[in-house]
Amino acid sequence: MTYLDHAATAPLRAEVRSAMDGVHAAPLGNPTGSHPPAQRARRLLEDAREEVAAFLARDPGEIVFTSGGTESDNLAVLGVVEAALRERGEAEVLCSAVEHPAVRESARAAATLGAEVRELAVDTHGIVDLDALARTLSPRTTLVAVMTANNETGVVQPVSEVVEAVRRRAPQAWVFTDAVQAAPFLDLAELTAGADLVALSAHKVGGPVGAGALAVSPRVALLARQYGGGQERERRSGTQDVAGAVGLASALRRAGSERPVAAPRVAALRNRLCEGLLAAMDGAHRTVPAGVAVLPGHLHLCLRGVEREELLVALGAEGVCASGGSSCASGALEPSHVLAAMGVDHGLAAGAIRFTLGYSTGDADVDRALDVVPAVVAALRRRA
Amino acid sequence: MRVLVAMSGGVDSSVAAALLVEQGHDVVGATLKLWGGDSDSGCCSVADVEDARRVAQQLGIDHHVFNLTEEFDHHVVAPYVAEHARGRTPNPCIECNRSLKFDRLLGRAERLGFDRLATGHHARVARCDGTAHLQLRRGADPLKDQSYVLSMLGQDALARVLFPVGEMTKAVVREQAHRLGLRTAAKPDSQDVCFIGSAEGREGFLSGRVELHRADVVDTDGRPAGSVDAVELVTVGQRRGMGHGGDGRRRYVTHVDVASRRVTVGSADEVVRSSVVLARHSLTWVDRPLAAGARSVAQVSAHGRPVPCTVELGDDLVVRFDDPQRPVAPGQTVALYDALDPDVVVGAGIAA
Repeated sequence: MTYLDHAATAPLRAEVRSAMDGVHAAPLGNPTGSHPPAQRARRLLEDAREEVAAFLARDPGEIVFTSGGTESDNLAVLGVVEAALRERGEAEVLCSAVEHPAVRESARAAATLGAEVRELAVDTHGIVDLDALARTLSPRTTLVAVMTANNETGVVQPVSEVVEAVRRRAPQAWVFTDAVQAAPFLDLAELTAGADLVALSAHKVGGPVGAGALAVSPRVALLARQYGGGQERERRSGTQDVAGAVGLASALRRAGSERPVAAPRVAALRNRLCEGLLAAMDGAHRTVPAGVAVLPGHLHLCLRGVEREELLVALGAEGVCASGGSSCASGALEPSHVLAAMGVDHGLAAGAIRFTLGYSTGDADVDRALDVVPAVVAALRRRA
Repeated sequence: MRVLVAMSGGVDSSVAAALLVEQGHDVVGATLKLWGGDSDSGCCSVADVEDARRVAQQLGIDHHVFNLTEEFDHHVVAPYVAEHARGRTPNPCIECNRSLKFDRLLGRAERLGFDRLATGHHARVARCDGTAHLQLRRGADPLKDQSYVLSMLGQDALARVLFPVGEMTKAVVREQAHRLGLRTAAKPDSQDVCFIGSAEGREGFLSGRVELHRADVVDTDGRPAGSVDAVELVTVGQRRGMGHGGDGRRRYVTHVDVASRRVTVGSADEVVRSSVVLARHSLTWVDRPLAAGARSVAQVSAHGRPVPCTVELGDDLVVRFDDPQRPVAPGQTVALYDALDPDVVVGAGIAA
C-alpha cells in the first residue's frame, strides 16, 4: 500500500504507541486523586504538558488538553466569543476564507450567539490578504483566526504579519492560529510565537486520534465550553486522557527533534513526485505554483478531464491512498471552499487531488505513485 | 464480473448487493448523495448512507459515497420546480433515473472498469429469442413493478445493467434480507419524492422556490366554482379539494392555466379523454419504435392500470385509448408496453 494521505491522519508512530502502552503498564488513577496511582497519572499528565509547552516554547500553564483539533478550534473561537459577549455584550470575529471547517463552523455558531463574523479574503494562492485584514480590523475586533498552514493546499500563512497588523491596529484583539497541519514540519515555537491561541492535534503528527491541545495565552479571557470538575484550570472539565496526552507529547517530541532532517527529506520526495507527475500527464496543474511557501509534504494538483471521486476510487483500487478534499457527514466529497476562495475554476476544481507525504513516506512510495497515477488518469480519460 | 451496485440504504438494493456477492461477482457498493437539503425521506439522508455502508461492510465489499448533488439539482430539482411553475406535473424519479443513475453513474461505473451497474429496481432485462436485442420487462411482483420509472432506458443502457431482485416478489426480497441478517430487512419502502421532507410537503418545498398564486376555479361553462391557493400545485385529473358540482357529483380538474390563474373543473364525464399527445422530442424506445397505427398498452403513472391503446404518428405521438380515461397531466410520463406481451416495455414519452 502507498499511503499518501498523511494530512488526513498519519500512521501511529511505534514509539508513540509504546509510550502510550507504558501509561497503562502500571496502575493509573484519576489525575485529580491523591493516592499513588492518581499521583502517577498526574505526573504523566504534567510531564506531557511540559513537552507540549516546550514544542510551542510556551508556559506549561497555557496548555489545555482537548480531544483533538476540532475541539481546540471550537474552544478557541467560541470560548473567546462567549467571554467577550458576557463581558461587553458584543464580539467580532475575523476568519480567513480558507480556515478548516472546525473554525468556520465555530465562527458560524458564534454568529448565532450574537457575534459579528467577517471573512478575510485570500489571494489566488490562498494566502490571506493582509491589506484586507488591515482594513477590516477595528477597535471592536475580538478575535482574528488565521491558520498556520492550510489543510488542503498546504499553503503557509503569514501568521507573524497577521499578529503584527493586529497589534498595531486592534491591540485589544486576540490572534488564534490553527497549527494542526503545520505541526509535523514547521517550527511552531517561532512561527506562532506572537499568537494568543494555538490549536494542535496528535494524529496529524503520528500520535493517537482523540488527543489535542489548545495553547491559551494567560492574557486571553476564555470561557469553558464544557463544565464539570474544573480540570485544565477551569478551561476544559472532564477527567484528562493521560495516555492521549502522553501520545501527543511523544509525537510532538519526535516531530520536533527530527524536523531539521525530515522537512527537507519529505520536501525532496514531494518535489520528485510533483515533477514526475507533471511530466507524465497532460492537463495537470499545480494548484499552488512553485515559489509559494507550502508544507513539505503537501502536493495539491488539479487534473483536467478527471473527476476526483473516480480518481480516488481508481487509485484506492491500486493501493494508492490520496484525498480529494473535505467530506460531509455522509462521507461524500464536498466542493472545496478553499479552492473556491482562491478562485480556482470550477471545472478544474472537479479534478482536485491531494497527496500528502509524511514521516513514513519513502522513495518506494513515490516510485509506486509515479507508476500508478498517470496510468489510472489515462485510463479514466480514455473511457470518458 | 465486476459489478458496481447502487445502494440506497433500502432493502431492495441491499438484497441486490447480497445476491451478487453470493453469485461470486466482484462487487463494490456506491451510494449517491443527491440532495443537500433537509429532506428526511428518500435516498440520501445520513442514516440511509449509514445503512448502505453497514450492509456493504457486512457483505465484505467496498463502499463509496458519490456526491452528485450539483447534477441532481441541475437535472432533477430545478426542472421539477420549473415544470410546476408552468402548471405541469413532472416525474422527478424518471428524470433521476434518466440523467443520474443510468447516465452519470453508469458512465462512472464504466470508467472505473465495472462490467455492469446493478440497482434494486423491480424490473427484468431479458434477451429476445435468438437475437442480440434486449427486452425491458416488468418486475415479477406486480405490486412492486418499477418498469414504468425505467421505461426511458434503451438497448445501450440495458446491456450494462443488472436488476437482481427483478425476479423476486417483495416478500421474497424481505425473506432474503432476513435470511442474510441485513439490517435493512424490515425498513419501510420509500414513498414520496426523495428531496421533499414529509413535514414541508410539496407545497412547502415549492413555496420556497417559486411564487405560488391563488387561482379562480370555474366549471366547464365558465361559472365560478371556488378558488385554490396555489395554481402551481394543481394537477390535471385531480379530484382532491375540488368539491362537488351543482348536481352533487364529484368534480375533477380538466385544465390548469397558470398564466391566467384559472383552474377548470368538470364532472367525471367531462374530464375523461380518449387520447394523450406525447411530445416528439421526449420519445424514447427500448428497441424499435412503434409503427403508426400499432397497438400498445399504456401506463400513465408509476402504479397505474395498463390501458389498451393505438398509437398514431404526426408531429408528435398520439396515444388513443380504447376507452376514455382520466386525463394524463402535462409533464407526466406515459410508458408504452407491447400489446401482445404486456410485460414488455416498448418505449416512453412525456405528455405535452
